[in-house]
Amino acid sequence: MSGIISDNVLKQSGLIKASAGGAWTFLSKSTASSSSTVSFTSGIDDTYGTYVFTFKNMHPSANQNFAFNVSIDSGSNYNVAKTTSFFRAQHLEGGHSQVFSYETGDDLAQGTGVARISNLCGTENDMNVSGYLYLFNPSSTTFVKHFMSRVNSTFTSSDATVDLHMAGYANTTSAVDAVQFSFTSGNIDAGDICLYGITT
Amino acid sequence: MSGIIAQNTANATGLIKAVAAGGAWTLLTTSTASASADISFASNIDSTYPIYLFEFINCHPSGSAVSFQVNFRDGSTAYDATKTTTKFEVYHKEDDSATSLAYATGDDIAQGTGSQRISIVGNDNDQSVSGSLYLFNPSSTTYVKHFLSRTHSYYGDAFAWSEFAAGYCNVTAAIDGVQFSFSSGNIDAGTIKLYGLGDS
Repeated sequence: MSGIISDNVLKQSGLIKASAGGAWTFLSKSTASSSSTVSFTSGIDDTYGTYVFTFKNMHPSANQNFAFNVSIDSGSNYNVAKTTSFFRAQHLEGGHSQVFSYETGDDLAQGTGVARISNLCGTENDMNVSGYLYLFNPSSTTFVKHFMSRVNSTFTSSDATVDLHMAGYANTTSAVDAVQFSFTSGNIDAGDICLYGITT
Repeated sequence: MSGIIAQNTANATGLIKAVAAGGAWTLLTTSTASASADISFASNIDSTYPIYLFEFINCHPSGSAVSFQVNFRDGSTAYDATKTTTKFEVYHKEDDSATSLAYATGDDIAQGTGSQRISIVGNDNDQSVSGSLYLFNPSSTTYVKHFLSRTHSYYGDAFAWSEFAAGYCNVTAAIDGVQFSFSSGNIDAGTIKLYGLGDS
């Protein structure tokens, strides 16, 4: 790179050389404030092959699971059938009581309700869920839509750290064009969710 | 956008408009080890980005069968933030004689201030560890600071060895530094890159 191109790298304006693919592009950000849901009803289409949602300090109003659902009608309904798997590694601040297990109560088998991303996050002021979720090729009208998430959470008032892994697919050949996040009850009192597209 | 700029969006070549206010991943710094006792990131970790990513590329120890580890600085000069963590690992031996997927009870931390193991690696010439660690909202003075890491190493008597560590720094002070080291000896070679993920 040289001249005007190198001058503008890392700046907020001007021209730069396009990346050679694989770069993340910021698309949008939603900040929760006692929100029952946070929905992304635009920006999810065939522009990018892969989309990533990042979760920063998702804080619930009640001890609940952070979760998501997808829509094939631009957000009118979030009720696509999903099959998921879910496992966790957990450890108490007091030591011992480690858990490393598949969580049969947190997965879905062709369920249309929300898919759990975390288990019960506590409500103490410093508690939250942070992590990410990948959604692959949501605009496909041929394949099911795979997704994978990994988050770390503070588990209820037990004061435990929990590393949570969820993956699955929306079992539809219709394009997924909207995604909604929530806690399984109560509100998202605070937290940021950002949406990125990855050029493939 | 118009003309040449719009035509090249999402292409692998040509000119595009710089992303407004950062966006996506920004490489902040690269540290290359050379018989280094540790690699410390004592700057660049602040409120500029909500999510930081460390990438480890071929970190090679001077000692045999040593742990690659991380610690965090929470306001003083010491890397000793209180942490509660989980860790599990999976491995497979080259001769197909051994496999495992298990929680690693000896590698987690319950409110400890010592370093968190994120890998184990041998020191044969071709052995090293590579992987990544996400750190969420380190500048928060409200929430605990979650982190997620995944590494893969070439260990001991020909093992493909993958480790998943996660947890939180249980402090409401900002995390402003991160240090990587081996449990004994030096980081003889390797590169660690620090990226920030923009949210606007």
